[in-house]
Amino acid sequence: MDMKTLLGSRKISRQGLARRMLGIGTAVLLGSLAAGCDSGDKKGLTVGFSQIGSESGWRAAETKLARQGAEQRGITLKFSDAQQRQENQIKAVRSFIAQGVDAILLAPVVSSGWDEVLGEAKAANIPVILLDRQIDTPNVDLYLTAVTSDTIEEGRVAGRWLAGKVQGRDCRIVEIQGTVGASLVANRKKGFEEAIATAPNLHLVRTQSGEFTRAKGKEVMEGFLKAEAPGSICAVYAHNDDMMIGAIQAIKEAGLKPGTDILTVSIDGVPDIFKAMADGDANATVELAPDMAPRAYDILLAYRKDHAPPPKWVQTPSKLYEPDTAAAEYARRKDLY
Amino acid sequence: MSAFILIRLKAARPQLALLVLALLVNVFVAPGFLDLRLQDGRLFGGLIDILNRGAPVMLLAVGMAPVIATRGIDLSVGVIMAISGAVAAAGVNAGLAWPLAILAALATGLVCGLWNGLLVAVFRLQPIVATLILMVAGRGIAQLITEGRILTFTEPHLIAVAGATLAALPLPVVLALAAAGLTGLLVRTTALGLFVEAVGTNPRSSRLAGVHTSLVLGAVYVWSGLMAALAGLIATADIKGADANNAGLWLELDAILAVVIGGTSLYGGRFSIGRSVLGALVLQAMRTAILRAGLPPELNLVLMALVVAAVLTQQSPAFRPLAQSLLARFKNKEAQA
Repeated sequence: MDMKTLLGSRKISRQGLARRMLGIGTAVLLGSLAAGCDSGDKKGLTVGFSQIGSESGWRAAETKLARQGAEQRGITLKFSDAQQRQENQIKAVRSFIAQGVDAILLAPVVSSGWDEVLGEAKAANIPVILLDRQIDTPNVDLYLTAVTSDTIEEGRVAGRWLAGKVQGRDCRIVEIQGTVGASLVANRKKGFEEAIATAPNLHLVRTQSGEFTRAKGKEVMEGFLKAEAPGSICAVYAHNDDMMIGAIQAIKEAGLKPGTDILTVSIDGVPDIFKAMADGDANATVELAPDMAPRAYDILLAYRKDHAPPPKWVQTPSKLYEPDTAAAEYARRKDLY
Repeated sequence: MSAFILIRLKAARPQLALLVLALLVNVFVAPGFLDLRLQDGRLFGGLIDILNRGAPVMLLAVGMAPVIATRGIDLSVGVIMAISGAVAAAGVNAGLAWPLAILAALATGLVCGLWNGLLVAVFRLQPIVATLILMVAGRGIAQLITEGRILTFTEPHLIAVAGATLAALPLPVVLALAAAGLTGLLVRTTALGLFVEAVGTNPRSSRLAGVHTSLVLGAVYVWSGLMAALAGLIATADIKGADANNAGLWLELDAILAVVIGGTSLYGGRFSIGRSVLGALVLQAMRTAILRAGLPPELNLVLMALVVAAVLTQQSPAFRPLAQSLLARFKNKEAQA
């Protein structure tokens, strides 16, 4: 199948665009309306979800899965998009409390400043589950559990795969980091370094920030290819798939074959990296599973049934995907993102 | 004509010196940086990389210089890049022929510029506020068009905007130089440049002298919008995808910096297209050197800030007498010893 037909299903129709515009403009309103419409089953749970926003394809997929998962379990979901602002999230949580929801899912935009509003939820006896990110608080009783990935483990999985892939061969690795200063970046770097430290044949020779974007990932990789002796880079590790997609283009434009001349491993599992793997341009990606909300629903249902508190941190698996399953995975994901 | 060029070159001595300095740093960082080779009818080498990577900011600076000369500022250019890129990508993915998609993207830039021009020239809003409106709202518009994800496309002609070769140079370089040349000719061989500078120096007296100030003001914002749309096309074609969240992010600040390094005052008045382009190249040369030096990425922004601070203080009128007196005192001491 060529790219054009693949993309065909994703093209934007005029109605689609108009619907989207309407959807953003009145996201909260429509969300609550929609929730109101399918609340026919009065016995089912009602869950409020305060989402950060829709800044990336991954987050849009997380939202989509939250809606699908709720529907499958007969849960009424009240959704609120905070548009990257903590005060909107605090307002949303307060409105969920006022509406008397059975539980609240919160994907916190920042890590601090939640004690007061979560205290209110606790006083109202509404369990809160954190999604995708942790918060800083001296009082961990304020939330039931946090469902997130282990970002250090993601780096380790990538490093271990590379060590296994090159076997004993000497390998000079370049790293494209995310935005400097993010804890996620420090962790993905740390985990990868841990995993390759055990293999003396793996050398991390250069590291530079690609700011999580395709354009910067491409520019940084161009720099690496120029700065290192021709043919001396054996593998590239990128903290997200988008930067790797940019890097793959840079490798191609330098006349090399990504996936063969230079091995690639990155993190996230967005559809386009599966497409690249299916085309033979990439070798591996570590998935950051977007199905955080369905996991939270299951924890919640189990907790309501047997009242045993779940562990404070539930880690989502960091699964590594290789080209053998890429075409199928791409087909499975392309409509999700 | 040659005398004309000589005078221009003389005026641009500080910027040229800076560029040479920045290039020397590159040579120091990566020996063989200045090597040029011709392969498959295209030039390759460090200098070409700087021109190619610097092309978007060069274009933005070409549009920004006249705006700043009218005592204005255009904060929306980075966002216009994102919108026009999104329009082009969505266009080809919806089956629009590539020339139409490119025209639509350029028209988008014109409309954005017209909006800014209307607010500044007709409604007399302060430029920083007027263009801030689009800067804040524009990314949302771009996200609506891309539905919040990176819109990948495979249309070869659109990709060629960044990938094609013309006269042995990458097409973005040719486009940027052509735009700079055309703008330079427009403002220097006609009275337009004089009008722009008059409006910036003293709007009231230039109006009384018969200059149609609103028209001049409106026109510079429209031109800036058009240049930004072209830059957006290049940035989008470069990564074969429209990234609404990141395309052109913060580049308005780079463009302003380039114009200021080019010796144009933010208080309006005299400006130079050529020197603004040199300013953009100085920035890109420094960035390339930092990316290739193999330093920790945490230092990227610090180094860039130090360089810019040094460049701008050196240009400050208050700094020169101070430096000269310090130098004289130092020489006196030496003579005494």
